[in-house]
Parts: sequence; C-alpha cells; structure tokens
Amino acid sequence: MLSMKNVQAYYGNIHALRDINVEIERGEIITLIGANGAGKTTTLMAISGIVPPRGGSINFLGQPIHALRPDRIVSLGISQVPEGRHIFPHLSVAENLDMGAFLRKDKGQVKEDLEYIFDLFPILAERRAQDGGTLSGGEQQMLAISRALMARPTLLLLDEPSLGLAPLVIKHIFKIIKKINQEHNTTVFLVEQNANLALHTADRGYVMENGRITLEGVADELLADDRVKQAYLGL
Amino acid sequence: MIIVDYLKKSFFVAIWFMFLTFPIMVIRVDSIEGIVEWRWQNMLLVGIGSFILSLVGRYIRIKQEKAARSVQKGRVQQLKSSLLIDPKMYLPGLALISLLVLVFPFLFSVYQTNIMTTALMYIVLGLGLNIVVGLAGLLDLGYVAFYAVGAYCYALLNHHFGLSFWLALPLGALLGALFGIVLGFPVLRLRGDYLAIVTLGFGEIIRLVLENWNEFSFGPSGIANIDRPNFFGIDMSLNESIIALYYMMVCLVLFSIFMVNRLQSSRIGRAWIALREDEIACQAMGIDKTKTKLTAFALGATWAGMVGVIFAAKTTFVNPASFTFLESAIILSIVVLGGMGSIVGVVVGALVLILLPEYLRAFSDYRMLLFGAIMVIMMVFRPQGIIGNVRKSYLFQEKKG
Repeated sequence: MLSMKNVQAYYGNIHALRDINVEIERGEIITLIGANGAGKTTTLMAISGIVPPRGGSINFLGQPIHALRPDRIVSLGISQVPEGRHIFPHLSVAENLDMGAFLRKDKGQVKEDLEYIFDLFPILAERRAQDGGTLSGGEQQMLAISRALMARPTLLLLDEPSLGLAPLVIKHIFKIIKKINQEHNTTVFLVEQNANLALHTADRGYVMENGRITLEGVADELLADDRVKQAYLGL
Repeated sequence: MIIVDYLKKSFFVAIWFMFLTFPIMVIRVDSIEGIVEWRWQNMLLVGIGSFILSLVGRYIRIKQEKAARSVQKGRVQQLKSSLLIDPKMYLPGLALISLLVLVFPFLFSVYQTNIMTTALMYIVLGLGLNIVVGLAGLLDLGYVAFYAVGAYCYALLNHHFGLSFWLALPLGALLGALFGIVLGFPVLRLRGDYLAIVTLGFGEIIRLVLENWNEFSFGPSGIANIDRPNFFGIDMSLNESIIALYYMMVCLVLFSIFMVNRLQSSRIGRAWIALREDEIACQAMGIDKTKTKLTAFALGATWAGMVGVIFAAKTTFVNPASFTFLESAIILSIVVLGGMGSIVGVVVGALVLILLPEYLRAFSDYRMLLFGAIMVIMMVFRPQGIIGNVRKSYLFQEKKG
C-alpha cells in the first residue's frame, strides 16, 4: 500500500534520512523502532509531506506522493498523530475532533465517526466542552489519536503514542490501536522508542540507526534477535 | 507583617514614579524668560498619589484573590458571559446603542461627529488586523502599508483621472488584498518575532517609497484636493458631507462586523484558528498552510485598503506622514487591548483608544502619559483584553435511547 524507495531527507545541510526503504501492506501494523535522533519522526514527516524528501520516491496506493503538499497527502487518506500530541490547546475537545474532519464533506458520516470515537474513548465524550490544553497527558494522546481518526484514514501514522504516559495508560492506548486496526482494517505505521511494547503490538518491524534502516523483519523474529535484544530491550 | 511589607513596596513604587515623572512633572523650561522652573510640589503630589494608588491596588488584588477562592467568582463570570450571549440581556442594550449611533450627528457637534467617524474607521481597521493577528496568529506590524495603498489608490486615481469615490472603494479593497498576497508570499515561512520584524520592514518600505518617489506620489508634500465622496449626486455643504460620511462609515462597520463574524465561523476561519494554535497539527489535519496564511493576509488587508480610500476622501489630503509605524502600533493596540479574536472587543478597543486621547485633550500635556499608564494597567490586570473572545461552540446533543 505504501512503499518508500531510497528516500533521502535533509534538515538544512544535515542528512537525516539515508536510503530509507519501507513497504507497508494493507491492514498491517508496522513499527519503526530506534534510539533518539535515529530519524524515526523524520521518516513519518517525509511520508506526510511536512518534511518533503529530497530524493527517492514514496508511493501510496500506486500513486507517487513525495512531491505532494501535506494537505493533498492527508486527503488521500494518510493521517498523522504528531509526536508530542500537538493538540489545539485553546480549542475544546469537540472542536479539536472537528478539525480532524476538516477535509471531509460527508457530515452524516462525520457524526457517526464522532459517536464511534466517543465509544472508543468515553472520557473524551465527558470532556468534550473542555479546552484541549486542560486535559491530562493520556487524555491528550487519546484526543490526538481520535482527531487523526476523524479524517477516516486508510493509513494511520502514529508518532510515539507512549511518550510520557503512565504504563497503565500506555497499555490502554495500545489496546485501542489494535482495536482500530482490527475493526476498521486501518493500516497503522507506529513509531516507538518502547521497542518491547511496539514489537508485541506490530506484525512487522523496522529498526533504525543514524538515519538508516539496519534491520527489518517479522515482529517476533525481531524480538528474538540478539542485536535488538541488546540495543533496545536491555536483555 | 504583611501590612509592613505592602507599605514598603508601595513606598518604593512612589519613589520610582517620582523618579520617572521627574522630567515632565518637575522641570519646566520657560523659553521666553530663559529660566528653569522647579516645581517640587508636583513631585510630592506624584509621590503621595502613586503611594495611595499602589496601596489600593494591592488591597483590591488581595480582595480578588480571596473572592476567587470562593464560589462567588463563578457567578460573576457567568453574568459577564451571559451579557454577551443571552439575547434577553443584550438586545435592549443593542437597541439603545443603535439608536444612539443613528441620532449621534444630531445630538453632538460636527466636530464630535468627525471624531466618531475616525473612531469608526479604526474599528474597521482593527477588525481587519484582527483577522491576521487575532485569528490567524500572525503578528503583523506593517498593517498600515495596506491602509496607505488604499489611500494612495484613491488619491492618485482621483488626481490623474478624476476617478469617483465609489469606484475607488472596491478598487482600494482589491488592491489591498493584492498587496496582502504579494507581501504575504515572502513571509510564508516566518513565524513570531521574525514575521513581526519583516512585516515592520514592509510597512516602512511602502512609506519610504511614497516619500521618495516624487514622480509617482508627489513625495512628502502629498496630494491635496481629493474629492469628497459624492452621495447620489446631491450637492452638500461641508457639514452635511461629514454627516453623510459618518453614516456611510456606520454602514461599513456593520458590513465588516457581519463579514468578519461569518468568516470566523466558516471553514477558513477554523483553519486560521488552527494555524494560530499549532502549525504542525494544522498541517497534519490537511489544512493548506500556504493558502490559509495568504487568505488571512489578503482578507485582513482588504479592509485596510477600503478604509484607506475613505481616509483619503475624508481628509481630502494624503501624504506619507499619515502612514507611520505609530499608526500600525495603534491599530495593533486596538486589537490587543480590545481582546484578540473578539469582534466586540475590537469595537470597544477602537472606541477607547481613539476617543480617549481626543477627550483627554483637556490634560493636553499629560495625555500620552495617561494613555501609556492605562495601557500598562490594562495589560497587567486584563491581559486577555477588555472583552475576551467568546467563541461559538457547537452543542452536541446525545441521542436518547
């Protein structure tokens, strides 16, 4: 469904991504793990067009998207949950969700999706009139995921959903991610530092180091891999 | 102990104010007699006055903090917001205000009407800048450039081709929007302070071009004898035309309030608010950043262009001195003081900021001092502006059963 071929990305003169090759099939949960500064977030930003790649190609559903503007890419069905949540702090929860459906014109469907999201995260229904900035970290992450879902994506890009959250909340959020993947057949591309959790959730995984992909494979195999164990699982 | 502390703090405030106001309040140079007059009693008055004000201020603040702890405050705030939302409360007020607006020229002198027209012009300017600064969150310090574009558009076209006011009005708006887009392009990638500096530069560039390009704009001497607006071909005396201009301005204010209100709750308005809140999230939501920023600049500048045309017609004379940075600063103050993003706030802000200096003429020497003091006090005690923004929100009704 999505394939990145030899993607290069830069921040000014800094070569952040070198020859990134990623293949994602429909309905999969794919994870990208790696240390700080490895280029995980940049990979997502390259897909969503916020950091446009300077080399290589990205194809989504058979269409090249590496030269498109971010808003065009979202309209094709790729929705991103940015790292650090980036919710709109002075908009209410309901308005935040509304912004997620910015490009959609099917009002009836949007309403249904809203109900589905309130089913998924009942806490958001309770807080719908509250300003986004007043939510707790976990609730903000739920809101960020829900907001992305409001765009009805076929590919959901999740950037470190476990960042700064309590273990119990993380568990809950990952359960929901699995649920979304199963119920809606939404493909999920998950970037994580928490390698153990990510590999237990995902079907396949990629390991990144210094802007390159160094390992790839089925999640269980990666979990058993000695190098992954040593570098990321602390075993 | 606390009381001693407060007395001490107030004492230092008094000393500081005595020092600050020393040059204006104490020294007076009599240039005719060639002597310097020292008015020490003024210093004493300033000292005592600021000491008492500081004490009272502290006392009120303690009171407020205590009140905030009790439930009372919730009720006061509820009343305040219901004044703006509940139709039963604000409809009579609105009716009274509209009646006052309608009969204003007949109650007061032509001079007062003229001042009010100026204030109305600044309301529209404030509403325009409010789109850029209040809604889209782009700090624009060169807004006066678009005002100048509108004014010179009418002045030049009228001077050379005798173009009528009514044709120039939409043309000025269009030209304003065009300049908004042209100046918007280079600053698309800038944010915050950098954006403010670049827009400040643009404002100055436009003014300097007008000042130095003699062949085009007649330089600092400006353009005089611009036609006043012609209302349905009626021959009017000066006073009548001032009154007519007042009513025209009232209509324009109403039109701009209507338009900005509609824009605010439209798709593009929501995109502006999203852009102000978080740029990355805004892009992740599929909002076209370029288009959103440019429309904000263009739709903000439209109003400035339009008011510029009216300014040229009202004063019948334009020169670059009318479009200095101070003008931008005043318009920005209107938006910030009134309440960013709030239409009612901008209206109140414009009235306060434009009318206050006029009526403070009685204190002529201390006018700007008072003005500054009011600004400082406002920002300390009400940083959200006189009237904070009350956004329209959707009521989500749960399905029963």
